Amino acid sequence: MFDPVPWLILLPLAWGCLTFLAGIGRGGRLVVAGLIIQLVLTIILARQIVMEGARHYAVGGWGAPLGVDLYVDGLTGIMLLLTHVVALPLVVYARAYFSSQAEGASYFWPLTCFLLAAMNVLFMSADIFNIYVTLELLGLAAVGLVAAAGSAGSVTAAIRYLLVTLLGSGAYLMGVALLYGTYGSVSLAVLEPLLATTEISAAACLAAMLMLAGLLLKTALFPFHFWLPPAHGGAPAPVSALLSALVIKASFYLILRLWFDLFAPLVTTQAAQLLGGLGAAAILWGSILAFNQTRLKMLVAYSTVAQIGYLFLLFPLMTSAIPGAAESAMQGGVMQLVAHALAKAAMFAAAGVMVLSAGKDDIALLGGMSSHLPLTLFTFALAGITLMGLPPSGGFIAKWLLIDSAVSGGQWGWVVVMILGGLLSAAYVFKVLRQAFLPPVAGIKFKPVIRMLEWPAFLLALISLLLGFRSVEVLNLLGAA
Amino acid sequence: MNFNGILPLLVLASSLVPGMIIFFLPESRIRLRTTLNLTGAILKLLLIGYMLWGVQHDQSYVFRYNVLPDLELVFKADALALLFVTLSAALWFLTTLYAIGYLEGSPHRSRFFGFFSFCVTATVGVAMAGNLFTFFVFYELLTLSTYPLVVHRGTEAAIRAGNIYLVYTLAGGAVFLTGIVWLYGLLGQVEFTHGGVAATLGLEYTAQLQVIFLLLIAGLGVKAALVPLHGWLPQAMIAPAPVSALLHAVAVVKAGAFGIIRIVYEVYGIEFAQTLNLLMPLAIVASITIIWGSLRALWQDDLKRRLAYSTISQVSYIILGVTLFGPAGTIGGVVHLVHQGIMKITLFFCAGNYAETLGIHKISEMNGAGRRMPWTSIAFSVAAFGMMGAPLTAGYISKLYLIQGAEMAEMVWVSWMLTASGLLNAAYFLPILYRLWFINQPQTWLQERIRAQGRWETHGLLLIPPVVTAAVTLGAGIFADTGWSPLFWVKLVAEMEYLP
Repeated sequence: MFDPVPWLILLPLAWGCLTFLAGIGRGGRLVVAGLIIQLVLTIILARQIVMEGARHYAVGGWGAPLGVDLYVDGLTGIMLLLTHVVALPLVVYARAYFSSQAEGASYFWPLTCFLLAAMNVLFMSADIFNIYVTLELLGLAAVGLVAAAGSAGSVTAAIRYLLVTLLGSGAYLMGVALLYGTYGSVSLAVLEPLLATTEISAAACLAAMLMLAGLLLKTALFPFHFWLPPAHGGAPAPVSALLSALVIKASFYLILRLWFDLFAPLVTTQAAQLLGGLGAAAILWGSILAFNQTRLKMLVAYSTVAQIGYLFLLFPLMTSAIPGAAESAMQGGVMQLVAHALAKAAMFAAAGVMVLSAGKDDIALLGGMSSHLPLTLFTFALAGITLMGLPPSGGFIAKWLLIDSAVSGGQWGWVVVMILGGLLSAAYVFKVLRQAFLPPVAGIKFKPVIRMLEWPAFLLALISLLLGFRSVEVLNLLGAA
Repeated sequence: MNFNGILPLLVLASSLVPGMIIFFLPESRIRLRTTLNLTGAILKLLLIGYMLWGVQHDQSYVFRYNVLPDLELVFKADALALLFVTLSAALWFLTTLYAIGYLEGSPHRSRFFGFFSFCVTATVGVAMAGNLFTFFVFYELLTLSTYPLVVHRGTEAAIRAGNIYLVYTLAGGAVFLTGIVWLYGLLGQVEFTHGGVAATLGLEYTAQLQVIFLLLIAGLGVKAALVPLHGWLPQAMIAPAPVSALLHAVAVVKAGAFGIIRIVYEVYGIEFAQTLNLLMPLAIVASITIIWGSLRALWQDDLKRRLAYSTISQVSYIILGVTLFGPAGTIGGVVHLVHQGIMKITLFFCAGNYAETLGIHKISEMNGAGRRMPWTSIAFSVAAFGMMGAPLTAGYISKLYLIQGAEMAEMVWVSWMLTASGLLNAAYFLPILYRLWFINQPQTWLQERIRAQGRWETHGLLLIPPVVTAAVTLGAGIFADTGWSPLFWVKLVAEMEYLP
């Protein structure tokens, strides 16, 4: 049987090296072709997971405890598939984007390839030290991409981002060291039963706190969100899209894994309620801040802060004892993750096109956009439908599942938060849309944009909208044991 | 899958697909756009005609699709659905003709007709929805597809109206969603069923079911413009006339009213709703809305605003009929869904004609317009008499059954209220008619944009639709007892709801 697992790691690394050697700003075509191959590979892998279930992969034939273990299951499959479905249109978009705006193009291609390689390994790792390595690689590649724009603002944002990401992975590494010192292993397969059977030690608790805190910082959960808007809002549009759609999801994925597997014996209902509370605060505060922005890309970035909040509601909802409620919560959370990634990538890409055309990032300048760039505005609106959680989008199915879980578990507080959050996101999405319907500001001259800039974003938005009709497949993949 | 299952999808596609193509057409392709629009509209009518024939011959048209393992998208063309579908498809056809004439030469027509088609698709989806989940999906799509139409003109005032519209409808949608999820939690996945399904839960859930009912009605009441949730409707008047016509007669307000019909008859069941004491409060709210809308209409000088308040009042006739326990009340309410649509769309077409042809927006400017635009004014007069419930019009039939229903339900105050409302209707329509026909016209019109040419007092496409709907208003009243009238079909529906 053909096994795509090693190729999903080796290929992006190879593209990265090749584009680096090709020289500054070159190699876009290679990356597009490479990502098509990888997308096919992930589809094959996802099919294998659905048919045969989860499996371990021993790198080089040396598995745990001596070697490094990789592990793929349904959730891994979803993350890999999502990464590639989002990344492929984005690199097509990036080629068009950098052909009309050279700023930030310098090391975009190799850095993007390393970023994708890091994420692929991260999703498949079954080893907490290996995860640390991928986290570092991911963080550094992301910082490089933000800094590549070269303006003073983006360098400041990148430095701040660098400090945050180093702090986050540093905390994580301390936790890893504590666990290794206590239990003598870094393999999840070895650690899990040890933590579950032995008495809970203070070291394990401290390790859990450090590791989770580091990851929360990287996921930018309220109140750790301060670094995200400048970093995501200041980067070139294709980078913003990659970061907001995928990179923060990587650390969230790890929280999900650790919380429900490794640290399952340690976590308490109160801790879950705390995470949910922070998530609720993120939804409300992030949406309000998004609404108050005057710059389009900052608005989209704050929207990410808000949307991350929904993901954390699944922790308190999962504690419910009512049959079915916990399951819907998990499904809803994963649907929200997928839908948000697609929609946010589309939204940042569309915002990038509008900013490019208007020449300046300012919402007040968007008047007349509805007749100048109807397709891009439509893209923004479709992505907005997912963020608002309106039908038939994937975001709606996610919200339906989460609300269903909250109602049947009797946790009414979260229902109110989700309903309010949906309305607040409508407020900031329509803030942009209604501006676009107004007549153009006097004296503004829109630059024409090439078509390949508009269509990839539209495709992403369309997928996020139609995801609602294919949720059964996503959940099937998630449920593959 | 057999053909009968696909038919509801085809009905949706007949407006969705042309809409999607129209979006990508350049502004200048007028002929292709018109062809697409009309082909879609005619195709839809043909498909519906076929289904009407089929339902009378015991065919069923059901389509199911699993969105989640235990969450289905269901389209079902039952008798009630077809009533609403037929109304929207027929009026869509006429409104499309009207809009083609109305928007001639104005910018952004591709966008307009694209969303216009989406709006009708959403309405048809609401009509054919076989369960609450499906209903909600299309109910929200309706909000999204009408917003661009409301703000179409792109002026500050239009944008402000759009904001108000969104605040009301999205908040209503959120409340509605909460109610639906809660109900699904209790009942599991249920489809609309004659006679209702909630009764299986029994009386120990009374309190929960009452709260859920409140949530559902509050969510639907926003679009049905129940007082105090009606604030958006007069504001939305800023939209172009064909949009107002569609919003008031078929799409938005009717979606709300239709939802209430479904909830009362096919989710709760009329008898169980009576047992839970849900009907009386709803009847009171509807009555307040009827009187309040009429009173506010009296003070409006802007013609479209007066019509808007009249809509608020008239749509609640439907809801009132629903709450009158007994077949006569049901018939009166449900038949008014159709009758109000036909009459109100006539009035809005005419208002648009006065504005486009002569620049008249206010009632005080309408002096003598009957002489200048006789056909439009005759149509307007017929529809206005219908609204008052004059004999030989469709409105008379509605009112007849409503009053009968009130007597059968032993709610005397309702018949008094209906009489009062009739008087109020006369009080705000008769002065308009007086100005139209009995006061001499001014020296010059405010802004005569379209000159009379021979027999045509205005653009042909603007004139034909209101004349047709006015004729239908008379026809539905005079031929109410024949097998092709809305009344006949509604009696069929009512029979099913009371004999499950």
